Amino acid sequence: MAVIATADTRLVVQGITGREGAFHALRNRAYGTQVVAGVTPGKAGEDVEGIPVFDSVADAVDRAGANTSLVVVPPRFAADAILEAADAGVEQIVCITEGIPAHDMLEVYHYVRPRGIRLLGPNCPGALSPGIANIGIIPAEVFSPGPIGLVSRSGTLTYQIGGELAAAGLGNSTIIGIGGDPVIGTSFIDALDLFEADPATEFIVMVGEIGGTDEEKAAEVIAERITKPVVAYIAGFEAPPGKTMGHAGAIISGSSGTAAAKKAALEAKGVPVGTNPTEAARLVVERLAG
Amino acid sequence: MDLYEHQGKELFAQAGIPVAQGRVAFTPDEARAAAEDLGGRVVVKAQVLTGGRGKAGGVKVVDGPGPAQEAAGAILGLDIKGHVTRRLLVEQAVAIAAEYYFSITFDRAAKMPLLMLTTMGGMDVEAVAENHPEALARLHVDPALGYRGFHGQRLMSEAGVPVEERKALAPLLAALYGVFAERDCMLVEVNPLVRLEDGSFLAADAKVTVDDNALFRHPDVEAMRDLAAADPQEQAAREADLAYVKLDGDVGILGNGAGLVMSTVDVIAQVGGRPANFCDVGGGASAEKIATALGIVLSDDKVRSVLFNIFGGITRGDEVAKGLLGALEQTAVRAPIVVRLDGTNAAEGRALLAAAARPEITVEETMLAAAETAVRLAGEGV
Repeated sequence: MAVIATADTRLVVQGITGREGAFHALRNRAYGTQVVAGVTPGKAGEDVEGIPVFDSVADAVDRAGANTSLVVVPPRFAADAILEAADAGVEQIVCITEGIPAHDMLEVYHYVRPRGIRLLGPNCPGALSPGIANIGIIPAEVFSPGPIGLVSRSGTLTYQIGGELAAAGLGNSTIIGIGGDPVIGTSFIDALDLFEADPATEFIVMVGEIGGTDEEKAAEVIAERITKPVVAYIAGFEAPPGKTMGHAGAIISGSSGTAAAKKAALEAKGVPVGTNPTEAARLVVERLAG
Repeated sequence: MDLYEHQGKELFAQAGIPVAQGRVAFTPDEARAAAEDLGGRVVVKAQVLTGGRGKAGGVKVVDGPGPAQEAAGAILGLDIKGHVTRRLLVEQAVAIAAEYYFSITFDRAAKMPLLMLTTMGGMDVEAVAENHPEALARLHVDPALGYRGFHGQRLMSEAGVPVEERKALAPLLAALYGVFAERDCMLVEVNPLVRLEDGSFLAADAKVTVDDNALFRHPDVEAMRDLAAADPQEQAAREADLAYVKLDGDVGILGNGAGLVMSTVDVIAQVGGRPANFCDVGGGASAEKIATALGIVLSDDKVRSVLFNIFGGITRGDEVAKGLLGALEQTAVRAPIVVRLDGTNAAEGRALLAAAARPEITVEETMLAAAETAVRLAGEGV
């Protein structure tokens, strides 16, 4: 078992004929993911190394049985692409695209969420279940199968912590990149609930950063209903207020969204928080040994 | 992107929202001319991207051109919370009967715009929220529904706006929401929103933040960017499409991925150093991009060592090493560079760096070791 990226995933890649789209579609397929279709309007009938291309996601669902979409299209068209996938009836949408206007995402969120469709991202690296399936751009080489569910707002920071865990001989059930934008489809809480219900996950590592209050809310939920042990790491202790730190969502607004506040909220609910990736990995090793 | 008051008011005026007559001035002479134009009593206001102007002496009400010129002389150059005043707004003074507060924020947690209205305007809204929470009316707008007349009515009722004022205020609230929605704003704040003695309302201030990711839809807003006020490194980085934030230490930081770079900044501080900047070179990281990023980081005179932290995912370590070596060919580097390469093809990358044997490069295996070395080298000087 695993979550989001599973043996049952039948992936359609929106934007498959673009350079990035083709590259990641083929990488995901090479890893063992069932990549059943691609979509580029106007290019129906073509194929990308054997992956059939359709004009619309609706066709990819009807004719290739796609149930999950990977959105790799430029920011101006990405909101439309997500809505198209939702409208076509896929169960999950993973959006890699960075730079989608926040107001567009408000509309998308409120269309997708009530329909029970899972949206991961945008501005995220996707989801990887080592040994099973990879949806997106997470470098699978860094990770091996194991009991740790890893959820993160940042791509490379996930690789850093995954690398530190791997060095300690620890692998992952699923790595979920939820994305660095202010409006994202899957929150820490959603990911925690997924891991709680997943038999392959025994331990959860949560990687947060400055901006918003999702980590604080997750702390409440951990105390309330997560029975598996959780260790956290937060980035951005030295970030100045009012500055966007690379990710559109990584900004301290007024007194809200600081790393210190997030650390305090998590620790108040008994979640150990590492102040750097190495310390976070050590906390995991200690908890697992103890 | 944060807008100056006069720029926010320009957007307001385009949307039919009443604002005082005003002119922008960059010198005392221009302020004098503006006051002559406007006639009568004027307000001279520092245009800076921060709050607390009044307390800092950045707002003066004066009578006539001479005093306006004098006030401008006093305000120009004024340092307000680290922001040096370089431009002024000279406005016709208005007859204020009452000061209200209205804002629309982008509520990330609720994923909806949040409207806030209080009749206790003119002061810090966080203080109102803390000391008089009952006076601050708050209401979310479902983005699928958009702003409707009932939103304004409910808000005015809950804020205790007198019934006889509501007819005049309602269209302003609607128009301000229009600016928020149509201009892709993350914030529209009017403090104070004033009721004039004749019973009409006017936006006496404007704090507007537009979503950077939506600027492609608003070239007129993008054109408002004040290039002179921007930090030179931040400006160069924006032009090169790099994420860069200036800090005030002496260890320059480059890496791939926002989270990893934020974490690197933290680690530098944890091992006793002072980060000079945040710089995310992003994925791919061609030689050209690395050279540009390195050039920008080193153009900050304070930088005495550089930490280059890469965790290769899709980005391959050997390509990063080639990029860095290529960059060193293109740019003379005046500070030692500590490189930490991990992830995909890191061993190949480290081998390339070892073979090149550049004296300015020190290679470390872990992020912590690299941070310690970079801090030590910064301490030793160049």
